[in-house]
Amino acid sequence: MAFDSFGAFLAMEGHGPYVWASYGVFFVLMAVLMVGSYRRRNAVLQSCRQPAGSRSSRAPEPDSDTAPAAAASFTRVDVSQD
Amino acid sequence: MWQFFHKLGSPKWFYGIAARLMPWLLVLGLLCLGAGLVWGLAFAPKDYLQGNSYRIIFIHVPSAFLAQSVYIMMASAAVVTLVWRMKLADVFVKAAAPVGLVLTFISLFTGAVWGKPTWGTWWIWDARLTSMLILLFLYGGVIALDRAINDEKSAARAVAILVLVGVVNIPIIKYSVDWWNTLHQPATFKLTEKPSMPAEMWVPLLLSVIGLYLLFGWLACLRMQTEILIREQRTRWVQDLFHVNGGAR
Amino acid sequence: MHPIRKKRLTIVLFLLAGLAVAVGLTTYALRQNINLFYDPTQIAAGEAPADVRIRAGGMVEEGSVLRDTESLKVAFKVTDFTESVTVEYVGILPDLFAEGQGIVAMGRLNSEGVFVADQVLAKHDENYMPPEVADALAKASESRDIAAEATKTLAN
Repeated sequence: MAFDSFGAFLAMEGHGPYVWASYGVFFVLMAVLMVGSYRRRNAVLQSCRQPAGSRSSRAPEPDSDTAPAAAASFTRVDVSQD
Repeated sequence: MWQFFHKLGSPKWFYGIAARLMPWLLVLGLLCLGAGLVWGLAFAPKDYLQGNSYRIIFIHVPSAFLAQSVYIMMASAAVVTLVWRMKLADVFVKAAAPVGLVLTFISLFTGAVWGKPTWGTWWIWDARLTSMLILLFLYGGVIALDRAINDEKSAARAVAILVLVGVVNIPIIKYSVDWWNTLHQPATFKLTEKPSMPAEMWVPLLLSVIGLYLLFGWLACLRMQTEILIREQRTRWVQDLFHVNGGAR
Repeated sequence: MHPIRKKRLTIVLFLLAGLAVAVGLTTYALRQNINLFYDPTQIAAGEAPADVRIRAGGMVEEGSVLRDTESLKVAFKVTDFTESVTVEYVGILPDLFAEGQGIVAMGRLNSEGVFVADQVLAKHDENYMPPEVADALAKASESRDIAAEATKTLAN
């Protein structure tokens, strides 16, 4: 342990605010990114889960709040190149 | 080899592989990053000159490193998009760009916070900091361009060209500290020399770099799965995915 | 490989090569503007304009720091080990400021060739080490100096 006490660990000899601000921003942004991505995938999974029979010919939009990139989807993917 | 390459282009195949890889990436990534950061914050010795403020390095360097690596990966995917028209490459670019944006922002922010106590300023227009800011705008531009074009194929092509054009910025970021006079110091880690810090400092740093790499892998898989599902939700295999699941229950 | 793909790959490679050349030439042409600061050799050679706000950078020369006893005024020499420039500054210096430490100063070069700074930033290098190691290194180099002195006097 590089510090004598928990107080010293928090204070970092006066550099505490800088160090903790950096780590705080890092953790908050990474958590938002990870949780947000996870939730969005689950939301999209949910919207795919409806049985194919109950779909109308015009597929329902996935929740537009959680899926902004969905605007240009639904074109069936053709990988045929040759 | 080409067969493998074509298999790689199959969204269905990738979806399955990603699902199997993701738990490993997440657990190992969190372990490595957690170990590196706790070690770096609480156990690594302080620096003789900068004291404890140097502990910001354990998040600053990994995020800056990843921000550039992610861009290089996106540029490689852009070549694949342009030459082979492979859908999965385009899916990767779209999934990775927001992650790259966040990582670049983190590295700029932590750099500014670190610069205040060590250099005496939050920001200075030196070559390293400016080229890193350009990287932030490039990521933003890629995301904006993709949103602006509605047609999937044109969007893929336009985004790929923008990503490729921007890749010249990467060597500029990397070598800016060697080519020009900058306030930013040269790299501590070099491929050919041993790092200019003792092991009890560079081991935790390396651990957090590896951890963040793995977490990026997890994020990329997750976000690519999302994009694939959106694009392919009406195809047979996506529907089968649920019917098999439903039958098992 | 499919001929169409080969053609596309060639186009992409040409695009990249052209771009690299263009950016390379631009940065080469602008290299002086991209440099954050002038080093003492450039200033001594008269490359830096006088009376324009510029930056000067280098190492603070050992034993050159003169602090005014009544004010925050400080004067020191900045060197790149070939030339040196005198810098005058009034204000609080950054924590890392020390003799032998790299700095970047912002200010104007006056007619006597003295650099009048209004901002001094500390530049640190890529080396990190624990305080104990730094102490040990300093002691080692000191004892090496003493040893060198001793052998010199012995030889005489």
